[in-house]
Order: sequence, then structure tokens, then C-alpha cells
Amino acid sequence: MKKISPRMVVAAMLLFAMMLPRSLSAQTDIDALMMAKNAFCVGPMYSYSSWKNYWEGTLKRDNENLGTVSTKMAAVMGNYGISKRLNVLFSVPYVKTKASAGTLQGMDGLQDLSLFLKWRPLQKEMGKGKLSVFGIAGVSFPLTDYTPDYLPLSIGLRSKTALGRLMVDYKLDMGLFATASATYLLRDNIDIDRESYYTTEMHNTHEVKMPDAANYNFRAGFRNRRWIAEAVVNIWNTLGGFDITRNNMPFPSNNMDATMVGANFKYVIPPLPQLQLVAGGNTTVAGRNVGQARTVYGSIFYILDFSRKSKSPNPTSNAK
Amino acid sequence: MLSDMKKIVFYSVIVFMAAVIVIIACNKDIEGRTDNIPALAPANLDLNAGAWKPVLLTSPSEFAVAAPGVTTSPDYIAQINEIKAWQADMTKEEERIVKYWSAGGVLRWNEIMRELVAKHNLPPYQNEDGTYPVPSAANPLAYPLFPFANPPYAARAYAYVAAAQYDALIAAWYYKKLYNRAAPYKVDSSLKVLIPQSDLPSYPSEDAVLAGAAAEMMKLLFPGDQDFIQQKAEEQKRARIIAGANVRSDIEAGEVLGKAVAQKFVTRARGDRAGVAGGNPALWKQLEDDCIARGETPWVSLETPKRPPMLPLFGKVKPFLFDSLTVIALRPGPPPSTSSKEMKDECDEVYHQTSRATRENIRIIHFWSDGAGTYTPTGHWMSIAAEDFIKKNFSEVRWARNIALLAMAEMDAAIVCWDTKFYYFNPRPSQMDPNIKSLTGVPNFPSYISGHSTFSGAASKLLGHLIPERAAAYDAMAEEAARSRFVGGLHYNKSDCGVGLVVGRNVGNYAVQRAKTDGAE
Repeated sequence: MKKISPRMVVAAMLLFAMMLPRSLSAQTDIDALMMAKNAFCVGPMYSYSSWKNYWEGTLKRDNENLGTVSTKMAAVMGNYGISKRLNVLFSVPYVKTKASAGTLQGMDGLQDLSLFLKWRPLQKEMGKGKLSVFGIAGVSFPLTDYTPDYLPLSIGLRSKTALGRLMVDYKLDMGLFATASATYLLRDNIDIDRESYYTTEMHNTHEVKMPDAANYNFRAGFRNRRWIAEAVVNIWNTLGGFDITRNNMPFPSNNMDATMVGANFKYVIPPLPQLQLVAGGNTTVAGRNVGQARTVYGSIFYILDFSRKSKSPNPTSNAK
Repeated sequence: MLSDMKKIVFYSVIVFMAAVIVIIACNKDIEGRTDNIPALAPANLDLNAGAWKPVLLTSPSEFAVAAPGVTTSPDYIAQINEIKAWQADMTKEEERIVKYWSAGGVLRWNEIMRELVAKHNLPPYQNEDGTYPVPSAANPLAYPLFPFANPPYAARAYAYVAAAQYDALIAAWYYKKLYNRAAPYKVDSSLKVLIPQSDLPSYPSEDAVLAGAAAEMMKLLFPGDQDFIQQKAEEQKRARIIAGANVRSDIEAGEVLGKAVAQKFVTRARGDRAGVAGGNPALWKQLEDDCIARGETPWVSLETPKRPPMLPLFGKVKPFLFDSLTVIALRPGPPPSTSSKEMKDECDEVYHQTSRATRENIRIIHFWSDGAGTYTPTGHWMSIAAEDFIKKNFSEVRWARNIALLAMAEMDAAIVCWDTKFYYFNPRPSQMDPNIKSLTGVPNFPSYISGHSTFSGAASKLLGHLIPERAAAYDAMAEEAARSRFVGGLHYNKSDCGVGLVVGRNVGNYAVQRAKTDGAE
């Protein structure tokens, strides 16, 4: 492959981010990449997400008393290869929210720790490519006592969650690939600071029943040992919950749905194969009780090899 | 060694994930604090409550209730058989409504009111031209839904329903004692009884009185929710028959009485000046001009587009516990001038609080915020009171009296507070200093004096009288509620919250005075 200068990489990434505004949960628990045995990949991630319009139930509107609502996130993410077929992943985000208009103050704080086990029980040659099947289990729980009952400016929903995901990936030897996954997310009840709240009826308790959610993710593009470029469609579907009533504030147990399309881009710097640059973005094309968010993000991952024998410089075994 | 570490990591992650999944999957259903409380079993039946002082009735017998038929008549026996027929074929739903209503009709109607207030406490969305539509009682189901149950509207609504129920129960108790008809289960010992038995005469039915009074009063207050309200009223009446507590003639007489008494309150409500409390553009302008003429910075709506102030003439509404001249006498002196150093210092104090809010401050801000989409501060104090009353095993009539005292104190607190707010028209901290960002929504009316503080001062004063062993706790709650508005960035500490508490307590004292002299103590 022809050598590409870092300047070209940056230019390409910026161009990519501008052309295809953007997906957040990429290169992690929802892609087909596996770390090699005893390799540990870790790095910071930064994302910026904002929306001006949102869906109040199914009605799209703006709100001059919020202006543009933005969420900045800085996270540490990591991925360790227990074996090449079994990885464990984590992420710890710090979140800061802000509304550009109105009087409401933004919030910030450490949000939820996520842990995933990613298992690839099956991988076999098929036609001119390779088919892989993955099973992923994950949990998340809040790291701090932040308040979830301050939407849209709370930093999270503060629900303990557990997810199960089935994922299938097919990659042609030449590099084209497609990945599809379906996820079921269990969400625990949450506590809010209020003693009562109204959904479609009155609840005289500080406990809020959170509906479960499903997530469907499709991604396709090109990947090899140096590059990944992919387009992503992500569908988030809350299984229950209620609509924001007219001119009301959102609530954690709303029926939040979102369909996002975006792209991710990853580059392994040739002279420094332990270093990976990741960037991406997505935009919300349909939704319900959520902001019509556009998100961009970037991260740098560094790969540490804990195995005693020397390893191939390429850490993403599936990308070989 | 590395492989051991790996195994430890792997298995602990597996175990942890399994534990989280089990916890989440098994722990979904939530229970309201009053969903499963026991049936009301009063320690004292208050058999002489017919002699207590009513709010509007000229006497407990102002509305006649005919003498009941004898319990040996074929008609009465047919009514007993109706109970037996219900009981022979009880559905789960019927069991549920018996249990629900047995906890107490005043409690349940107060909860229903809180639910309707929360449902309707939403400011209307603006028109295309930046003005705001006004909900119409004549067309309650068209957007914007009627009513916008904001804090003053809600305080008044709670008060009318509670006071009507109280007067109606005084009349009911008068006739209960007069006619002394025994409960059906005392007449026919073969009846199943699904509620605690008592020696209270059953004619007219207190539950039907409460249902009739509430339903009639709420036609005016929540005209768009009639199906919901009527369904609750029917449920309550049916629950008493199914439970074996009342025969149909007890129910029918009670409902007629409840409606008749409520009519008297409806008439009062139609003439209490609340209907015109919204004012008009000329008045809104006048308030601003008057404030400027006094040399002060006038209040300006912090919403975009600017929303007209919330019910600027609510201070002129006719109070329950005193006359309109007393409203003016209860109005506190002016806040510090908007151009004074004192006001600037108070403003700076708000800025410093809000710019470094602690988690505990955020908790109390949100605990007491009672803003849009909630049952308002009055509803919050209703909830606090009700949960304490449950423990006291009050009779229905004492429940009604205590809730009515509280609700009237809150409505009158709203009147005095709104009179003060629009007399001085003082700006909010975020208007004086746009750097002040609030931690809950800024209400759309002037700052001085804090509504939460006034409501809480009045409620805590009365509740401390009704349940003296909790007086210190109520005081502490009121102080915290007041403080929440300061640390939330909505009010100045000393002038708005401090003075609000004092004014609220002064209003509360009128309720205490009434409580001492209404014959119930």
C-alpha cells in the first residue's frame, strides 16, 4: 500500500467528518474487531453532540428557551484480549451539558461505567471472505450520584443496564465488509430526587420504571490492517415509555427512539502501529422524544502488548 | 501468572454481569406510597361533627335530607340483596376499588386532584406571532387545554374541593346523628363486610357525599376531565355497596347532599374574581409603567417569546380565611431597591450559590421544585400532610376538616403572595444578572416574595398546629423549601425567601385561629 502522510490523514478525516456528519458507539462493543490475545488497547475519546430541534412525542419543534443543547463527552475506553476470540471492553465517560439560550444551567460529571464481554464463537471461510459471529454481553452502572431528572440537561439516565447482542460480520478478502447486530437492553428502575411525578398518570414514589430498549446496528465499508472506513446506521428503539406532552419537559422514562446515520474512519499510523486514530460522526434522521442530534467524535488508541513473545504489529486480528 | 490474572478478571466480570442482569430483570414494578395502605379505621368517629363550624353553609341543615326508610321494609331488604349480589360475583377489579377507596375518600380525592393538577400544569405553547393562547373553560379540550393548573390556580382548586367536601361532610354528620340509621352489616349480620366495621350511622353515605361534592366542584375546575372524574365518583359509590358499607339509598342521599353543598361553592367560585386574574395587555403594561414610575427596574419575562405574567390579578381573588383588606394588611414592605447595594449583594449571593451547586443542593432544589408538570407546591404540602394524616387514623370528617384548613391556608397564601408580587413587580435574580443560571425552571412572574416560601410558611404553621409533635419537622421542611429557591437561583435569599416564610406563617396563623374555634378541637 502506498504510504500516506499524516497530513493527508488529518485532511481526509476532517473532510470525512464534514461530508458525513456522524456514530458514537463505534470501534468498541458494536464492531467486528477483536484484540489479539493479551493485547490491551486504551485511549481517550472526545465527542461533541448538539441539537436545536427535537421531537416532542412525534412533533418536531425547537425551543427558544433552550436554544442549542450540547453535550461534550470525554471518555477513556479500553479493550483487552483475553484471547483472540474473547475480549473485555470498558468505557468511562465524563459528560458536560449546556443550553445556549434560556436560564437553565448545564450539568457535568462522571457518568456510567460500561463493561462488555465480546465473544467470537464462530469464524469460517465462506466464498471469497470470512464470516464471523459474535455474542456480546454488557453492563453499565452509574459511577456518581448525578441527577437523571433534569432532561435535557442531565448527564445521563442513571439506570443500571445489561445488554445482550448478537452480531454477524462478513468480510471479503479484498476488504469490503458488512456487519449487522441486534441488541436487547435491560434497564433498571431509577430513583429521582422528587417524591412524585406524572407520566400519563400520577406516581407517588421517587422510583421510576424504565422501559427496556432495543438497538439495531448496520455498518458496511472497507477495512484492512491500516484503514477502516464505514457507513453506519443505528436504530435505537425504547420498548415502552410515554411521549412528552405538549410543551412539557422530557422525562427519563419517555419513549425515546432515534435513527442515526453516520460514518467512522480509522487509521493506523504506519511508523507507529500501536497508535490508532479514530474519527466519526452521525446525524439523527428520525426520532421521538429525543433531540435531533449531530455528533462528531475522535479518539486515539494505544495498544500495549502484554504477551511475552513478540507479536505481530497488527492488533486487530480480524482485520488481517 | 498472567493466565491466572486473566481467569480472575474473566470470571469476576462474568459473575458481576450475571448479578447485574438478575437485579435488573427482577426489580421492575414500582409501588406508590399510598397504593397499599390499610383501610381507614378511625380512632374517633367524631359523632358530633355536625356541630362543627362550616365554611360556607349557614347551618348543617341548610340542605334538607329526607328521613331514610326503615330497615325492615321490603325496599331496604332489596337493597341488602343488591349488596349480596355484588359480593356473590366479585371481580378482581371490584376487589381493587374496594381496597383503594377504603383507605379514605378525602385522601383519594385529594390524590385525584393532585393528579389532575400535575396533568394540567403546563404553560401553553406560543402562537406563530409570539403571543400566547389562553385556555378556554368553554372549550377545555382544544389546545391549550383548560385549565393551565399553575400554582395559584391549583391552590384555589384544592381549596374549593376540600372546603366543599368539608361542609358537605358536616351536613352528612348532622343527618347521620339525626337519623341514626345503622350500617347494613349491623342490620343483616349475614352480610360479608369488606371494610372495618364501625358504629357510624350509614345514612347518608359519607363516601357518596364526598364523591358528589368533588364531582360537582370539579366540573368547574377541570371541565375537560369529566369522564375521568365521573368514573372515579361511580367507582367510589360502587365500592361502598360492594363492601357492604352502604345500601343504595345511603349512597343516593349522600350524593344529592354532596352536590347541593358543592353548588354553593361553585357559585362562590364563579364570583371570586379568579376568572379575570389573567388581566390584559393594558394591565400588564400598567404594572411595568407603575414600577418604572417608582424608580425601580420592572420585572420582565425571561421566556422567549416573552410570556405575559402568570395571573397578575390573582391577588384580588376573594380569600377564605380573611377579607380582602386583610390581604393588603398582610402585604410586606418593599424589597430593597433594584438600584441599591443591598439588592446587588443579594444578587451576588445567588450567583455564588448557583455557580457551585452541591449535589445536596441539587437534591433539595429538585425535591421542592414542584414546577411545570407537577402538582405544584400546594400539592406537595397536601402530599406531606396526607401521608402524616394516614398515620393518625382520623375520621373522614376530620380528614376533610384538616385538608380543608390546609388547602384554604394555601389558597390564601397564594392570594397574599400574588398581591405582593404584582404590587412590587420585582425582577428575578437572572434578570438582574444574566450570568445567574438556574437549576430548575424560572417561574414567569415577579420575584418578591417567593411563592414556595409563602406556601411552605403557611402549610408548616397549620400542620404544626394539627400535629404538634411534627411541628419542628414541618418548620425544617418549610425552611428547606424556601432555601431551595435561593440555591436554585430563582430567588433572593433574605428578601424573597426570608420574607416569604414570614408572610406565609402569618397566613397560616389565620388557619390556626380557625382550627382553634371551629369546634373540632
